[in-house]
Amino acid sequence: MTSNNKFMTFMIPVFSVFLGLFVGAIIMIISGYNPIEGYAALWRGAFGDAYTIGETIRRTTPLILTGLAIAFAFRTGLFNIGAEGQVIVGWLASVWVGIAIDAPFIIHLPLAILAGAIAGGLWGFVPGLLKAKLGVHEVIVTIMMNYIALHVSNNIIRSVLTDHATKTENIADTASLASDFLSNMTLNSRLHYGILIALFAAVIMWFIIQRTTIGYELKAVGFNKHASKYAGMKVGKNIILSMVIAGGFAGLAGAMEGLGTFGNIHVMSGFTNLGFDGIAVALLGANNPFGVVMAAFLFGTLKEGANEMPTGAGVPTELVDIIIALIIFFVASSYIIRWALLRFKKEGK
Amino acid sequence: MDYVIEMLNIRKEFPGIVANDNITIQLKKGEIHALLGENGAGKSTLMNVLFGLYQPEKGEIRVKGEPVKITNPNIANDLGIGMVHQHFMLVEPFTVTQNIILGKEPKTKIGSINLKKAEREIQELSDRYGLKVDPTAKIRDISVGMQQRVEILKTLYRGAEVLIFDEPTAVLTPQEITELLEIMRSLVREGKSIILITHKLKEIMEVSDRCTVIRKGKGIGTVNIADTNVDELASLMVGREVSFKTDKKPAEPKEAVLKINDLYVKDARKVNIVKGLDLEVRAGEIVGIAGIDGNGQSELIEAITGLAKANGGQILLNNKDITNKSPRKVTESGVGHIPQDRHKYGLVLDYSIGENIVLQTYYQKPYSKNTILKPKEIFNKAEELIELYDVRTPSVYTLARALSGGNQQKAIIAREIDRSPDLLIAAQPTRGLDVGAIEFIHKKLIEERDKGKAVLLISFELDEILDVSDRIAVMFDGKIVANVKPEETDENELGLLMAGSTTTKAGESK
Repeated sequence: MTSNNKFMTFMIPVFSVFLGLFVGAIIMIISGYNPIEGYAALWRGAFGDAYTIGETIRRTTPLILTGLAIAFAFRTGLFNIGAEGQVIVGWLASVWVGIAIDAPFIIHLPLAILAGAIAGGLWGFVPGLLKAKLGVHEVIVTIMMNYIALHVSNNIIRSVLTDHATKTENIADTASLASDFLSNMTLNSRLHYGILIALFAAVIMWFIIQRTTIGYELKAVGFNKHASKYAGMKVGKNIILSMVIAGGFAGLAGAMEGLGTFGNIHVMSGFTNLGFDGIAVALLGANNPFGVVMAAFLFGTLKEGANEMPTGAGVPTELVDIIIALIIFFVASSYIIRWALLRFKKEGK
Repeated sequence: MDYVIEMLNIRKEFPGIVANDNITIQLKKGEIHALLGENGAGKSTLMNVLFGLYQPEKGEIRVKGEPVKITNPNIANDLGIGMVHQHFMLVEPFTVTQNIILGKEPKTKIGSINLKKAEREIQELSDRYGLKVDPTAKIRDISVGMQQRVEILKTLYRGAEVLIFDEPTAVLTPQEITELLEIMRSLVREGKSIILITHKLKEIMEVSDRCTVIRKGKGIGTVNIADTNVDELASLMVGREVSFKTDKKPAEPKEAVLKINDLYVKDARKVNIVKGLDLEVRAGEIVGIAGIDGNGQSELIEAITGLAKANGGQILLNNKDITNKSPRKVTESGVGHIPQDRHKYGLVLDYSIGENIVLQTYYQKPYSKNTILKPKEIFNKAEELIELYDVRTPSVYTLARALSGGNQQKAIIAREIDRSPDLLIAAQPTRGLDVGAIEFIHKKLIEERDKGKAVLLISFELDEILDVSDRIAVMFDGKIVANVKPEETDENELGLLMAGSTTTKAGESK
C-alpha cells in the first residue's frame, strides 16, 4: 500500500504537467496559434543555446530555495506564506553585508550568504513566536510580514543605503557569487554558483527531516501536537524552529538574487513573486526536497522559455502563466488524476 | 423458513487476503441477529458487501427469497436495508429533521421544503419506537446517544425494514446502552429485523436471538443464544478457550513508588476537579481507580505525567518530588504511561510503527547520536518488540494509522513497558478492544506487577477493575473516597461508592 502511495505522489505531478501542457496546447489552438510552434519556441527559449540554458538554471536557483522554504514548513504542519517577505529581507541583508563590509572572499561571501539566511530566519521567527505563544495563525502573520518586508526594505534602500536612489551600488567582488567561468561557458549568461548552494540546501532539508531528531520532532509536532507533548517534546519551540529554518531557506533565495543575479538590490514596486511561486513549486514537488528541485527546474524552464514565445511563435508570454496555473490546478485536484490513474491501472491488468 | 435477508457462501478477496471466506448469514424476520467476530475478522467487509459497497467474488444474496444483485448503497436502501454507522454522518449545525430528510426532502406545492410535514412524520416515528427525539433540536446540542437515535430515525424514515447496527454501543454510556437495547427490542416488536455487529458478548447475550460467528474471515456457524453462554461464544470467536478471570498470584506489595499528597488540579474550565487527593501505589501491586467518568481521573493522570499543572499538593515518585515537572522529566524519572486516548496522545498516526516505538526514546542512544537518527537501530528495536508483543502489522514501516485498534494499543504497551518504568499508568488500556487483546493486555499488566513494578490502572469498566486490581481506590468528586480489596467487594458496593454514597467503608481512605 505504501509503495502504491509513493507511486501516486510521483505520478500525480508528472501527469499534471502533461495535462497542463496538453490543455495549454488546446488553448493555443482555440486562440489561433500553432501549439507545435509555440512549444518549440518555449523549448528554444529555455534550452536553445548555452546562454538560455544558463539563464534557465539561474532562474531555477531561487525557486528551489523558496520551494524548500514552503515545503519545510509544510512538512511540520505550518503554512509559510511569508517566503516572499523572507526573500526580500534576505536579499537586502546579503547586499548590505556585501557592500558595507571589507573582507577577503573566504570570509566575505559566506558572511553575506549567512546574513541573508539569518534575516529570512528572523522574518520567520516572528510568526513562529506569535503562533507558539499566542496561537495567532501563521498565514495571517506571514502575509502581513510580507508587506512589512517590502516597504521597510524599500525605505532602507532609499534612505539608508543610498541617497534617494532606486538601487544600491554593486556589492564588492569578494561577496559575489557571480562566476566568470560559468558565465563564459554559457555565452555571458548570469549563471552563478548559487545553484550549488540551492542543491546543497535541498540535501540539507532532506537530511534534517529524515535523519535527525530535530526533523523527527518537527514532523511529530506537525502531525500530532498532543502526542508530541505526551512524548516530552516542546511544541512551541518546534513551531518556532520550523519557521526559522523555513525562513532561512527563503532568505537564502534572496541572497542568490542579491549576490548572484543582480549584485545589488533595487526599490521594488511590488513583490518579487519568488516566494509565491515557491508555494506552487512545493505543491508540485509534493513537499519532498528532491521533488522541489525538479519542480523548480520545470518552473524555471517554463518562465525562461516563455521569453522566446512572442518573437518565435507570436504566442503571448501570458500563455505560460496559464499553463503553470493549469498544472497547479491539476495537482490540486489530484483526486481526479488519482481516479484516472487507478482506472488506467485496473484496465491495464 | 421465512428469511428477510440471506447471504449465502459469500467470498470476498482483497489483494493478498481473503476477507470473507464462505460466510453464510440468514436473518429471520423480527429477530435480532448478532454478527460476532474479533476486530479484523471480516464483519465490516461482509456488511459492506450487503450494502453494495463491495462486490463478492462468490455467493448469493437473497432478499425475501429473491436473489438480488446489490451494486450500490442506493439499491440496498431501496430493498429496505438501512445502516446505523459507528461514526455518525450528521451535519452538526442542522436540526434533527433537516439531517433526516437530507437528500429526500418532502416538497410543498411551490417546490420549497415542507419542513412541517417532515417534522410531523419524524415525531410520529420517534413516538412509535420510543426514541424520544426532538425533531427541532440541533445536532450539536444533543448527546451522543441522541445522535445515534437520529441515525436510527434516518434509516426508518427511508423505509428500512432491516437495520444494521455497526458497533452501536462503542460510544455510549452504560445508561445509554441500556436504553439502546430497549429501543432495539421495540424495533423488532414493530416487525423490523436487526443485524447487530459487535464484539461485546454481554450485549449479545442480553438482546439477540441468534448469533453468527466469524473468525479470521471464515464463517464458524450460527448459534441460538438460548442454547449458549458467554464462554462458548468467546471461544467460538477467538478459536480457543478464553479465561475471563485473569490468573494471578496474590500481590506482594513492597515500598511505595508513587505517593500523592493533597493534590489539586484544575480542568479546562479552570475549576478544581481534583480536590485534595491522596493516593499511594506500592511496588508489586496494581491499584485500580474506579469511578464514573468526569470525577477527575483524567486530570489526575495528566498531573502525574506532567501534561497538566497541579495547583496544590505534592507528587512523589520513589520519594523524589516530580510535581509539575515536564512530561519528559517525569518519563525519564521512571513513569510509563498508556494514555486514555491512543489516537490523540499515544501515537503519531502518520508515523510508521517503528517511529512510534521510539516516541519516548528517539533522542537517546542507541536510536540517535548527536541528533542524528539511527534508522537501523530504531527499526531493529521495533522488529524485536512487535515480535515480543504480538503486534500484527505487515511491517515495521507500516503507518500506525493502518493498524487495528488492538494492535495499535499493543504497540503502545510494548513501547511503555519495554522502558521498564517503576510506575506504569494504564488509562483505559482495553477500551474498544476485543477479548483476545484484552486478555493479552491484562496479562502484561500483571507481569509488570510480578516484576515488582507499581501499576496504576484507571478504567470505567468495573469488571476490569475487579479482575485485575490488587487494591481498588474509588474516586469521587476529585478525591479517593474509599480503598477496598477486590475480593471483599462487588459491583454493587463499588457502584454505590462511585456515586458518592458514604454509608459503606468510607473514611477508610489513605
